[in-house]
Amino acid sequence: MAEVEDTLKRIQGINGVIGTIVVNAEGIPIKTTLDNSTTVQYAGLLHQLTMKARSTVRDIDPQNDLTFLRIRSKKHEIMVSTDKEYLLIVIQNPAE
Amino acid sequence: MSSKRPKSKEARKSKGKDKSNETNPTPDGGALESVTSPPTGHPDYIFPLVLTSATQELFGCRADEDVTGENPYKLLKKEDIIKDMKTRASVSDFSPVKQLVLDYPEDELLLVFDRDFTYGQSFYLVLTVEAKENILKPSVEGDEEQMKEEEVEEEEMIIPKTPVSHPWISLGSEQEIEEESVTESRPRLRYKISPLLRHCGAPVCFSDRSALDEKEGFVECPSYQDKSFSIREMEKHTAIQASCDTKHSSTQTLWKYPKNMWTQYEPREFSPEEKEHHLRSEHLKNFITSVLIRFEISLQQNYITDVFCDDWTVLCEDDGMLAGKTETQLKEYQTFMDLHFSKEKTISHVHWHPTISGVIAVAMTERLSLEERIDNSTKLLLNPSYILFWNFTDPINPQLQLECPDDVLCFQFCPSDPNIIAGGCMNGQVVLWDISAHVERLQDTRSSSKNISNKLDKNNVTPVVRYCAVSGIENGHKAPITDIQWLPETFELSKLGIPVENPSRISVQLVTCAPDCSVLFWDLRPPRVVSHSLTDVKQKSEEKPLENPHGVPNTFKHLNLTWKPFIRVSLPKIGSSGEYSPLKFSLRDNTVDSPTGDKPPQNTDREEGCGFAQLRVPSAKQQKPLENISTKLYVGTEEGELVYTDWKMEKDNDSGRLLSTKPIHRFPLHDTLVNTVSRSPFFKDIILTVGSSSFAIWKEGVTNGPILMSAFSKKMLTVGHWSLSRPAVFFIGKEDGSIEVWDLLQNTHKPSQSQNISSAGITCIRTSSISSKQHLLAVSDCLGTLHILQIPWTLRRSSNSEKQIVRKYLEKEEERLEYFEKRQIKHEKEKKEMEAEQQRKKTEPVLPLKQEEELEAEALKKYEQFLALEKDILKNMGLLNEMEDSSDIHLRASAADFTVYNDDISTITSMKSRPIKGHLFQAANQKALLDIKGLWDMTGPIARLSCSQMLTDALDVYHREQVSLRTHICAAREISTQNDIYPAEECRV
Repeated sequence: MAEVEDTLKRIQGINGVIGTIVVNAEGIPIKTTLDNSTTVQYAGLLHQLTMKARSTVRDIDPQNDLTFLRIRSKKHEIMVSTDKEYLLIVIQNPAE
Repeated sequence: MSSKRPKSKEARKSKGKDKSNETNPTPDGGALESVTSPPTGHPDYIFPLVLTSATQELFGCRADEDVTGENPYKLLKKEDIIKDMKTRASVSDFSPVKQLVLDYPEDELLLVFDRDFTYGQSFYLVLTVEAKENILKPSVEGDEEQMKEEEVEEEEMIIPKTPVSHPWISLGSEQEIEEESVTESRPRLRYKISPLLRHCGAPVCFSDRSALDEKEGFVECPSYQDKSFSIREMEKHTAIQASCDTKHSSTQTLWKYPKNMWTQYEPREFSPEEKEHHLRSEHLKNFITSVLIRFEISLQQNYITDVFCDDWTVLCEDDGMLAGKTETQLKEYQTFMDLHFSKEKTISHVHWHPTISGVIAVAMTERLSLEERIDNSTKLLLNPSYILFWNFTDPINPQLQLECPDDVLCFQFCPSDPNIIAGGCMNGQVVLWDISAHVERLQDTRSSSKNISNKLDKNNVTPVVRYCAVSGIENGHKAPITDIQWLPETFELSKLGIPVENPSRISVQLVTCAPDCSVLFWDLRPPRVVSHSLTDVKQKSEEKPLENPHGVPNTFKHLNLTWKPFIRVSLPKIGSSGEYSPLKFSLRDNTVDSPTGDKPPQNTDREEGCGFAQLRVPSAKQQKPLENISTKLYVGTEEGELVYTDWKMEKDNDSGRLLSTKPIHRFPLHDTLVNTVSRSPFFKDIILTVGSSSFAIWKEGVTNGPILMSAFSKKMLTVGHWSLSRPAVFFIGKEDGSIEVWDLLQNTHKPSQSQNISSAGITCIRTSSISSKQHLLAVSDCLGTLHILQIPWTLRRSSNSEKQIVRKYLEKEEERLEYFEKRQIKHEKEKKEMEAEQQRKKTEPVLPLKQEEELEAEALKKYEQFLALEKDILKNMGLLNEMEDSSDIHLRASAADFTVYNDDISTITSMKSRPIKGHLFQAANQKALLDIKGLWDMTGPIARLSCSQMLTDALDVYHREQVSLRTHICAAREISTQNDIYPAEECRV
């Protein structure tokens, strides 16, 4: 547990990182550094998007799988890493 | 009689025949047969005969001798014939007719020679008397007649003769007729037939009868196909009519009536225990650690460079900046100078017309000292000064003159109505003008310059506009008004200085300041008439007909000479008695939207001259106070201070009087009077102040001092002005007539460019953007000349990020200020500590020596610790075996301590161990950035970390260059000794 928190703190400490969210496979946030409503919104929406992206990748090649998703928006960059059970979402402001 | 005759003849004949037959049966038998055999074709009364020559001789009737053709008849005697028949018997030629001859009643039989064989034989015998007579006589007669007929015929050819009736000759036909005719031989029989009497008239009874009962009760005529009518069909006409069946159907839909429904969902969340559980799970740990590196790389990438940066646009911007450098100087565009009004006068203030472009207003003051002024007061009164309106289309004649009661030092256009101008006079009066009657003139000149010039040629008189109202002398400023500003139309001030909503959306209040230690707030609306007595009202009504002697619009009639400020803000000095004397001030631009969000009603239909008079000061209770409006203002004073104060009034607890609050801050910065306090048009909290020898940039809320402070200038600075188009640029006017352009992005220690405009000092600078391609700078000087300059491309075009960059720069400066302040505090603290230390030293002078030794021992200890750690690390990494270890130790025994600076990375890497040092030394040597320094402080974690990171490489290098390492170290020692950086003994090898 401490290790997880340490790692998340380390990510949070990198320049420009706005927030870090750990989400389970169903899109329910487990740990977050953001406020509740933002977390829920990010978790729900990005979970959906990631699942969609993952299914796309898998449809193209069933042996393949999505590992990392980076979304560059005008204001932020959202990075999502997935595995079977968890999602890690990191939101960064790259301009900072 | 006639009927008897034939009968007798016949009978005779039959008799005759019978006779012959009976008499001459034998002789004539043969003959008869021979005679009878050809019985064809001869009448009954003739019997053809063949007579032998002997017979002919006996009877004397030889052919062609006795009887000829002309005389064929020979009468034979019955007896001779009978005799012959008896003598000769059967040989006689008359035997066939024996009977007939015997039956013949007369004695003579007629024999006729038939020469022509008409009846088949050469002779025929006539058997009857009548025929004998007929033949003998008619034949004669006939012959004769024939002869005659031939003759007659010959004659008839000539004469037609009518037939002559002959008497009927009976030939037996009458007998036949008699036989045929019916003659009643007896009376006729008579029969009578009648039905039975009982049947007559009896009733008839009919009854039904089956036709089938009897055999022929009916006749059946069955139909049958008549073959004669079976015609083959060749053509057929048919027609079809289609019609759809009528169908009835129905369906029922459900009625959906609107229903109020709601639903609410909430996100699923884990309970703290569940979260805990997840966080503890091994899987999550593995997951996080596995993705960590990936995230770190990406995050660092983003931080280091912007991958999505559009290089092309960036390039373009840079190019533009470079290309624009060809033209950087301010170019003279136009110069205005009026020989009569502005010559030998100082331009005190310049303003562009806010709506009509190309029109600029200029205020003039006499260039006189106080003494001169007093001396020439009468002259000055007679020659009023003017505010001139210039137009670009006419550089010679001003378009409009505003007459002033005294020299005007400052003026401003009303923000809600540009036809209203408020000015501050030298004598402390506030003046108001209304130029609404002359706007057309200003606008016209813009559109059609020719017409106007013609007009001017005709009348050649510039219209003079007299002021509408002047404030009361006794209530106004006691010193020249140095700055005047309108309050924006969004709010107004109550009597307590609290900003409240302005319902009319017309700017009605203005602020003035003068060095008489006060900032005054004025209201254009007539004061409430409570104080007015009846006589006053009467007086006013009496005055009215007399007014308007100079064609002055009576917009502010109600204010003239009685106008009083409604707030007087005094500026008591902080910490000492007395008051600040303001010269310039700056209000925060409170362009706050009204809380209701309504758009200001456009009172364009404001009635001429009476709009402001009709506006009433609303009672304070009705108005909503606006809380988000800053009531703070910066004031530049005569003493070169910048004072930050609040205009809100406070009630003094003791006396209950309204007092202005004490200023919040005061920054004594400039040595003499502050001539400009100006807010940046881009940053509402950035203020430029210009003193006589320097300028400064301030940030509202930063109390530590100016963000930027210029160096002292040799020439006096007279004015400063922000650029309207570039956040980083401002202009500074100087006493010697030059203008400095400062670009914060280029230099902050010196102006980016400096340009001489005029021979006299600059008094005022104003920028205006006529169009996007033409930005103008109006610069006025002490000699009454107004220069209009064109701002070059580089100074008017701001890059997209300029504002952001400037903001960052300002923030950085702010941080610097804070840092300095902190450092100052720290220094003071240190100083105190030092003093305390010194005090202690004085008391205990031995201790520091000990400490030194202790420090050394400590450092040595640390060094040993580090060596141990390093060894551990190397061992752990498997890079150090015993052999190397020994050699390493050997080398280390003679190792020196080095620190290598690498400026590029700007990190200090301190190395203790020999191989690492050698490696870094070499690397640094290559970059020629070498510095060697004895190092004791080896406890920094960074240094240690980098040690471990570089060990691998370093060891490799060590093995390869064990030999060259020594030379390197020697070289290092040489460098250090040569450069005298550190004593040679510290580089022990």
